[in-house]
Amino acid sequence: MLLIRCPWCGEREEREFHYGGDAAVKTPPVEADDRTWAHFLYWRHNPAGPFTERWVHNLGCRRWFIAVRDTTTHQISATWPFGANPEGSG
Amino acid sequence: MAIAPTGPGRPVALTSGSLSLASDGPVHPNEHAGHNPDFLWRNPEPRAAYDVVIVGGGLHGLSTAYHLAARHGITNVAVVERAWLGNGNAVRNTTVIRSNYLRDESAALYEHCLTLWETFAEALDYDILFSQRGILQLEHHRSEVRDGHRRIASNLLNGIDAEWLDLDDLARFCPILNLSPDVRYPVRGAALQRRGGIARHDAVVFALARAANRLGVDLIQNCEVTGFEKVGDRVTGVITTRGRIGAGRVGIVGAGRTPLLAAMAGFEVPIQSSPLQALVSEIVEPVLPCVIMSSAVHVYISQAHKGELVMGAGRDPYTSYAQRGSFHVLEDQMAAVLELFPIFSRIHLLRTWAGIVDVSPDASPIIGTTPIRELFVNCGWGTGGFKATPGAGWLLAHTIATGTPHALNAPFSLERFETGALIDEHGAAAVAH
Amino acid sequence: MKRRPDGGAIDRTRPIAFRFDGRLLTAFAGDTLASALLANGIAALGRSVTAGRPRGVMSAGLEEAHAFVQLGIGAESEPLVRATGVEVFDGLSAEGRITKGVLPGVPETARFEKRFAHCDVLVIGGGPAGLSAATTAAAGGARVILAETGSRLGGALLRDQEQMDGHPAAEWIAAAGLALRRQPEVRIMLRTTAMISLDQNGVVLVERVSGHLPATERTGLPDRRLWQVRAREIVLATGALERPLVFPDNDRPGVMLAAAVRTYLHQFALRPDRTVVFTTNDDAYRTALDLVAAGGTVAAVVDVRPGPAGDLPAAARAAGITIIDEAEVTGTEAGPDGVLSGVVISHDGAARMIPCDVLAVSGGWDPAIDLIHQVRAPTRWDDGIGAFVPVPGPGGRQVVGAASGALTLHAAVTSGHAAGVEAARRTGFETVAGPVPAVRLWREEAPRLVTRVPAPDGDESRSFVDLHRDVTVAGVLRATGAGIQSVEHLKRYTLTGTGVEQGRTAKVNAAAVAHTAIGLPPGGTTSSARPPIEPISFGTMAGRATGPRFDPVRTPPAHDAQAAAGAVFETVGQWQRARYFPTPGEALAEAVVRECRAVRTGVGIMDASTLGKIDVQGPDAAEFLERLYMNRVANLKPGRARYAAMAHLDGSLFDDGVIMRLAADRFFVTTSTSHAGPVMDWMEEWLQTEWPGLKVWLTSITEQWTTLAVAGPSARTVLEAAGTDLDLSREAFPFMAVRTGRVGGFDAQVARVSFSGELAFEVSVPGYDGAALWAALVAAGAGQGITPYGLEALSVLRAEKGYLIVGQDTEPDTTASDAGLGWMIKADRDYIGKRALGRRDFQRPDRYQVVGFRADGPVMEGSQLVSDPSGARPIPIAGSVSTSHWSGALGVHFGLARVKGGRARIGETLQAHDGARSVPVVLADPVLYDREGLRRDG
Repeated sequence: MLLIRCPWCGEREEREFHYGGDAAVKTPPVEADDRTWAHFLYWRHNPAGPFTERWVHNLGCRRWFIAVRDTTTHQISATWPFGANPEGSG
Repeated sequence: MAIAPTGPGRPVALTSGSLSLASDGPVHPNEHAGHNPDFLWRNPEPRAAYDVVIVGGGLHGLSTAYHLAARHGITNVAVVERAWLGNGNAVRNTTVIRSNYLRDESAALYEHCLTLWETFAEALDYDILFSQRGILQLEHHRSEVRDGHRRIASNLLNGIDAEWLDLDDLARFCPILNLSPDVRYPVRGAALQRRGGIARHDAVVFALARAANRLGVDLIQNCEVTGFEKVGDRVTGVITTRGRIGAGRVGIVGAGRTPLLAAMAGFEVPIQSSPLQALVSEIVEPVLPCVIMSSAVHVYISQAHKGELVMGAGRDPYTSYAQRGSFHVLEDQMAAVLELFPIFSRIHLLRTWAGIVDVSPDASPIIGTTPIRELFVNCGWGTGGFKATPGAGWLLAHTIATGTPHALNAPFSLERFETGALIDEHGAAAVAH
Repeated sequence: MKRRPDGGAIDRTRPIAFRFDGRLLTAFAGDTLASALLANGIAALGRSVTAGRPRGVMSAGLEEAHAFVQLGIGAESEPLVRATGVEVFDGLSAEGRITKGVLPGVPETARFEKRFAHCDVLVIGGGPAGLSAATTAAAGGARVILAETGSRLGGALLRDQEQMDGHPAAEWIAAAGLALRRQPEVRIMLRTTAMISLDQNGVVLVERVSGHLPATERTGLPDRRLWQVRAREIVLATGALERPLVFPDNDRPGVMLAAAVRTYLHQFALRPDRTVVFTTNDDAYRTALDLVAAGGTVAAVVDVRPGPAGDLPAAARAAGITIIDEAEVTGTEAGPDGVLSGVVISHDGAARMIPCDVLAVSGGWDPAIDLIHQVRAPTRWDDGIGAFVPVPGPGGRQVVGAASGALTLHAAVTSGHAAGVEAARRTGFETVAGPVPAVRLWREEAPRLVTRVPAPDGDESRSFVDLHRDVTVAGVLRATGAGIQSVEHLKRYTLTGTGVEQGRTAKVNAAAVAHTAIGLPPGGTTSSARPPIEPISFGTMAGRATGPRFDPVRTPPAHDAQAAAGAVFETVGQWQRARYFPTPGEALAEAVVRECRAVRTGVGIMDASTLGKIDVQGPDAAEFLERLYMNRVANLKPGRARYAAMAHLDGSLFDDGVIMRLAADRFFVTTSTSHAGPVMDWMEEWLQTEWPGLKVWLTSITEQWTTLAVAGPSARTVLEAAGTDLDLSREAFPFMAVRTGRVGGFDAQVARVSFSGELAFEVSVPGYDGAALWAALVAAGAGQGITPYGLEALSVLRAEKGYLIVGQDTEPDTTASDAGLGWMIKADRDYIGKRALGRRDFQRPDRYQVVGFRADGPVMEGSQLVSDPSGARPIPIAGSVSTSHWSGALGVHFGLARVKGGRARIGETLQAHDGARSVPVVLADPVLYDREGLRRDG
């Protein structure tokens, strides 16, 4: 079980969180073609290594935040509130 | 709380306070591995080029190579494997085999696989301990009962065996199952596929590898693909840790690692790689005569030939290549299994592990062509790839040999995610299988 | 082995009565089951898995490969428990089932608990290294947890006769324990095994709380307790495990690990009459020396090395012990019972037999580092000790003592102290290593790695590599001959390491035999050990989450009132909801017809409180809902409600409900029961991650409100009878209006929404008024014959109106237009899921569409719709029945179905096939009752 640092509540057990996946998904404009929309709907980054991803502390403060977690070691190198980092806001 | 698994009309052989079905249980008499053959495979050096290179020496990769040779006469084939044959999900899965899927496309695909399983031991000349002991999908909620009836009707019309068991039937079919109404989610009945069952996963790896090797396929282990060689939009070879290997055609059969391989080749697959945990108990006398799945309490369980109880549940939610999952998933799984079998309280979790499952957006596989010419892909089996071993290899081999998908795998194209013709099987994958 | 009249750590004043294989035996307090069996002369506990050979105790600890038992009787009968880890107690009963257990036939009676803990430093192992680390870290003030798997502190010191600071080690152990117990922030956990390493420095521990006590002393205690500990620093002081040697007939009862023989001597006062020691290293000489010192006979020490000259061999020589160097044991002999009677020694080209009752073997020591293997920390092969050792890793974890590969006592206390200082420092506590106790630094020579003694006659089918799984050298060589090169394939071909002890003592030997056969050095790799360290019972894993605690049971506030009204409840998700309210002797079908009739012709009441309710407030609330729902929201006036639906990003239907606008900036939104949580999550996700600029506040109020639906032509009369200050007239309170006022003496929010198609008022009050409101409305409706109705009747009523249930009447890929809700879709702006509908496959005319049907007979829900169910399979399936009922109002069997291109097929006859029978059905418009909505609007 992961121990995750909620930017608002501190370190908590993974059981309190819900996973939100790839944080780099950008909503395309509605005019975008089907291919672009398909990628938006279904294609997600899936790296072996550091992954910028979304979590929500749903059994705690219910706030969404960003984490950088290595998918090969499960080490979490950073977490920060949604919007606090311009790179991280989805 | 009445959790006694025995009662009137539920015959259970009790000997000195312990429970045994040894006389009529399913466990194979030959529990030792002595039936493994004297020879499995050569360990060749890679040649400069092959007609076909299969990337990934798991069950589907081996099956593809075997079927290329056995069905299409294409024997100048190499399987390149980064570690040892079967090191991924082949040896990490819980070996459930069934074909009782709901969607027509899936039913046709998995029934093709099950039909092949039924003659696979003979075809491969290997005792893979394929046991059609029946698989029960327990229904706890009324909505599940409705879905169970729907699935049975649909399966029967699709030519797949299926039947409904009420509580009396269930008590006879699986005497130790807890059918008490006084539990949190009482069992209301079950859908049974008698032709479903299990096989010994290690034996299937050995059997396919041996058969492929016999037909001339080179099995090259400790050989990791680090890149693909292309001319224009056509693949011409693979770059490996053991040098460049030329290839007329290439099949990527990398399960959870497929996204990494696809990226090297220059295309993307909509796959998420997550841990799926499984576990076994120590060896106990035969008690469980069938495979049990329950979505409501979220667990599935069977007893392997040697006597271990084999269990799994849902996958961990996060992306991972670490081949380990989170402990609370196991805690929940154990609680779930005790709901169904309270008398398992003193059995032990002996070993637990995780595979990396490759989950597609609709929980159905992708088998077919790619944007790269002469490069084919088979992935996205998620939590249910073992059962497809014969058919997945059969279909990918057909697709590679002819350059065109077979009617059975045509619906499972990569393009469906753009057009929207998804084959949603999330219901089937709610509890891994 | 025989029990000595004195010595050992057993309490001879407390005899213990126990049973083994039905025989009544005696032991002493302090015995393990293994020592108790040895003391009773039981050398063989059972027979091996395939060869059927007798096997006995071969270790005194975790190394055990044979001595597993079925422990306990009845509900507490537990399979394959390691006898070397069981403390005997009065009433213990065990059976010698050493490779395959049996299930108890009766349910569990004991309790299993869970705890979570956090600490600065978790020290795993209470031997000299662990005690040194723990005392040092604790001295600086760090919060320390010390977990020791045994029942006493001391570890290897309990078997070795060492002096520390000139006194027996026992005094040092006692002093260390006392020092720790004096620290308020230290927890010493005995009988506690570290089982599983978690990410972020977590460890799962299992504490044996009361299973070692007689039944009479367990009252109130859990059997076991599972701990999940998060430590800022972990010190692994798990010691090392002794490795057996592989030679012909090396499996006989009486062949034991050399250090285990010392444990039995010093802890349990058990001594063989005549012992042969067979070793590759100096440590086993301690066994020879201690046995002789205790009056035993050591026939010889057989050492594979030439001229061993370390301090211990020298001491052995001085004690008159025969040392045969450059020699090997090449076989054993046994009496008729299969128990060891002598060994064959090969030396200088000659073989000779030496009678003995114990052969003490040592093939070297493997650091016990499976806990770090579990998280894939790197290890390396160390030629110096001939074993895998840990590679120092990043912060957070230190490995000390024998676990690190440093096998001497001096190294244990030195590295333990240093690790204690470092762990304290890293967690913010300054401490200095107390004086490291003075211990004798024995000069030891390097061991020689011998993983296999060849059989003189070449037959290696009785040279056991994996003693538990009966894997022999011959078996391993057969595997390599088959082409196997990987240890993982070796495991799967031979089953090495698949036993209950995971081949703990077999792996290095098996890999070495295989690697030698294919020309690789002995190190290489071993197959990975999988968690947990020792088996954990399912009951321990589940803890108290069994039976009613498996999942919470949710009931709405008026639950008891409905129960009193005779409700038959059903489980819907976690909720208990009334399915129907039978009168005495009434069957379900009869009750449903009666309840429906009441709603259609009089009045009914139902508890709709499980519907999700979300309070949406803020200046941007309308805009927020506009983006989420496919309907227009902005033009909804305060005091009005609208049936609405939302989609997933891919265009598929997510949920439906009612949006009520209470004020310009305030909405009361309902969801279906099953989607209450997911819709709330969905709203929060979009608000926080995509639209943080919107000024909107969301509150889930599902459990704060009771909602009772009063439905039927007489509904208005009932509310008036209950007393209300609301004008209920059709003009003042039209369909889809929402008002606040007093009803039945309660402050209420009343909405004219209807899922039954009749005139209906949904009255919502704070939950604590819910039961009283039920009573008030039922009393007020008595004159109108108000009838409680349940889910079953509601499903008939709503289906007659063609109202679908998302999830029952829809598939995961059903869109709004597939469901006949296309009219909701607003043309003039985007909402979540709208764009996805434009994809090619969403335009196809043969998509599954929701339609109604009528039939002459009952149709089973789940039936498949086909043109002709006869003929060869597969048969093309046109659709599926999702809802099916008898309509008392219409006098017809009817329902809802999904049919390919269904809306264009209305009027067509299909066969509804349930797997056995077929019923003809005629496809129809989904709305069968009151198509104009006059009753609802009445």
